[in-house]
Amino acid sequence: MGTRNCGHITASSSPAVGEAGRTGDWRVQHPQFDYAICTPAKSGIPSCFRCWTFCPDAVITKTVPPTVNLEYCKGCGICSEVCPTGAITMVSEEN
Amino acid sequence: MTVKTTTLTLPEEEFALQGNRACMGCGLSIAYRHGLKALGKKTILTVPASCLTVLQGMYPVSSMLVPCLNTAFETTAASASGIKAALRALGKDDITVVGWAGDGGTSDIGIQALSGAAERNTDFIYVCYDNEGYMNTGTQRSGSTPLGAVTTTTLMGKTEHKKDMPQIMAAHNVPYIATVSPSYPLELYDKFRFAKDVKGTRYIHILVPCPPGWGFDPRYTVEMGEMAVKCGMFDLYEIIDGVFSFYGQSQRIAKGKKREPVEPYIRAQSRFKGIPQERIDSLQTWVDRKWALYEQMGYCE
Amino acid sequence: MTSATASKNKKQTASETKILTANYAAAEAVKLCGVQVISAYPITPQTPVVEKLMEFVHDGSIKVEFVTVESEHSAITVCISASAVGARVFTASCANGLALMHEQLHWAAGSRLPIVMAIPNRAVAAPWNILNDQQDSISQRDTGWIQLYCRNSQEVMDSIIQAYRIAEDVMVPVMVCYDGYVLSHTHMPVEVPDPAAVKSYLPDYVPHTILDPADPRNINPVTLADPRLNAENVLCHGYFELRYLLQEALLRTPESVEKAGREFGRLFGREYGILDHYRCDDADLVMVSMGSLASEAMDAVDRLRDEGKKIGIIHVRLYRPFPAEIIAGAVAETGCRGVAVIEKDVSYGYEGALCTDLKAALFDYGVNVFAHSYIAGLGGRDVKSAELYDALSRSYEYCSKPEGSRRKDQEWLNCLI
Repeated sequence: MGTRNCGHITASSSPAVGEAGRTGDWRVQHPQFDYAICTPAKSGIPSCFRCWTFCPDAVITKTVPPTVNLEYCKGCGICSEVCPTGAITMVSEEN
Repeated sequence: MTVKTTTLTLPEEEFALQGNRACMGCGLSIAYRHGLKALGKKTILTVPASCLTVLQGMYPVSSMLVPCLNTAFETTAASASGIKAALRALGKDDITVVGWAGDGGTSDIGIQALSGAAERNTDFIYVCYDNEGYMNTGTQRSGSTPLGAVTTTTLMGKTEHKKDMPQIMAAHNVPYIATVSPSYPLELYDKFRFAKDVKGTRYIHILVPCPPGWGFDPRYTVEMGEMAVKCGMFDLYEIIDGVFSFYGQSQRIAKGKKREPVEPYIRAQSRFKGIPQERIDSLQTWVDRKWALYEQMGYCE
Repeated sequence: MTSATASKNKKQTASETKILTANYAAAEAVKLCGVQVISAYPITPQTPVVEKLMEFVHDGSIKVEFVTVESEHSAITVCISASAVGARVFTASCANGLALMHEQLHWAAGSRLPIVMAIPNRAVAAPWNILNDQQDSISQRDTGWIQLYCRNSQEVMDSIIQAYRIAEDVMVPVMVCYDGYVLSHTHMPVEVPDPAAVKSYLPDYVPHTILDPADPRNINPVTLADPRLNAENVLCHGYFELRYLLQEALLRTPESVEKAGREFGRLFGREYGILDHYRCDDADLVMVSMGSLASEAMDAVDRLRDEGKKIGIIHVRLYRPFPAEIIAGAVAETGCRGVAVIEKDVSYGYEGALCTDLKAALFDYGVNVFAHSYIAGLGGRDVKSAELYDALSRSYEYCSKPEGSRRKDQEWLNCLI
């Protein structure tokens, strides 16, 4: 079965998550949340969410508490830097 | 006066999908993510050769939920002009047309098409994401690379200052210009939202910190953008129908808050490694002069 | 109105005859074709096309979005994106302007967009020259565009209309070429087809590209060398396969050109095809040419025929795709001993491009004739009937030479070096 079956006559892509594969495989560290310090987690109220806001890959959820999609988190560490309470630490993948 | 968006009111619907090819900590990703939210579903993008081309995925899979017409490197604004003309001819004029190009595609190879489109007051939004070099191809210099930065084509550090694209666009008298930063995503979102409702050529310039191109740990992308604004290397402002106004941190500086010196910002990036003191001084002078001119123009009132 | 009905009323009473230059014929044709977006940058001798179209916009006789861009590169780019969105588009250029578009010619063909471009052929710099030759369009022959060559204003009018039909059938862009000044600025009587009939001849343009917020696609992103699975596990093309599809479409094009030309004949009384013949039936020597030269040469051929020299003309209307089998067959059918290819271009470092292409076709189909390459008229050097007579006479002499001694070096006609 050749490629003609796809029906394209020019390059036309359709959207899907994970275009670059499992980008979680890229990282050497991932964020670890301390929910005792994290403002929304601690208060139970939707608040702060700087980690969600600044995540380049939108892998952090705007939820109480915020969670990380480790399938696609690239481990950049921005969330840990922008967190105003220090609730996020980057921990090595080897752990 | 519209209500400012807060983190809580910033919409959750994402148009950029997870698992894309952007580098970890990519400043463009943050800007693109929230810019698309502001633009909304009824958008057609046109994107030239750039990091964004790759970020948007390789055929046959894409990583975003808005349609995009890829276009040749120098053609972003012309491509947008054609999309707009066709939409108008077909009675689909309510779709927002957005050209989204890098600094190379804007201030170098693409400047002619942009100037032409702006002179025609083409009804579209032109977004320049400025990572200060040709980063997609491994960091070569662009007209937007700052003085002193080492790139593969400025091995001893660039000997010229960067072009001021927003001011070049101001000279075209377009109805709306905004400079924005992924370090201030709420304001970025609001400027995009505002731009969406303006008719005519709108120009948005984003300073995008680039971890591999600038040489810093990706975790500091947001901080790097903040430093750029706080020391005046990049300024946050809008020009609405010719009326200039600062916002955010730049507004604070205009109102008297002391500008940080440029040196710590420079020393934080390995693209400036080994930069001689004269060049740091030259950059400081460049910033000082820029702000003196702002003052002279009455922008700091 | 169906074409069946139209064929009963061959020539519509609503058609009218006007005295038009080829440039104005092009503009009038565009007016008839339901074009929705025009973008062009002025360049001599194309400028009157742009100006006339702007007049039509101004007087309301056409309703188009006219984008007055700042360069030819942007003109073709506007056409590309507008066509991708779904508008029928038009542009015109030549010479250095066409050369400036070069990158985007590849882009347009690779995007499979049915753009139609009028080209009043002009010499390329350096040095500057605003007069006629065909180097500009012929040197774009590898880009994947269809190329049609016209001999007079009527053919320009008619070919532009057919161009939209062909382009939108095979999804390949089309250049309609005509000699700058010689045709672009020369007035001739032209029958302007009935607008309603043209409308019936051209169905609405349905784009294949989807640029729809409701179905967000990414068009023409980076492709890879090899096929790749999409998210639904369907194997999609590599670059190689996508480009193969362009070639396939071009190889299907002669059929589309003939069909469009036959249908045009039924509706408008003038049928078109791939080649035009003049006095070829029993020719010993056939002149092969493109554009106004083929028309000019009729005079010389008549003179030669009067002298008993059996010479004919094949005009190549469709140059790309190169109708190799058809033209080889046409040459063979004449029973001639040789061909004299007289053209207004040269593939530097070799010979006239048309001559090379023809020789390859003749070789491929086992047609054993000699082929002489003549370069003429570069930079507007006037090609007189007498000079054609002279060249053809000299080539004719080779018909009676023994096989093996019929080869002749390329000749630059009337070069005064």
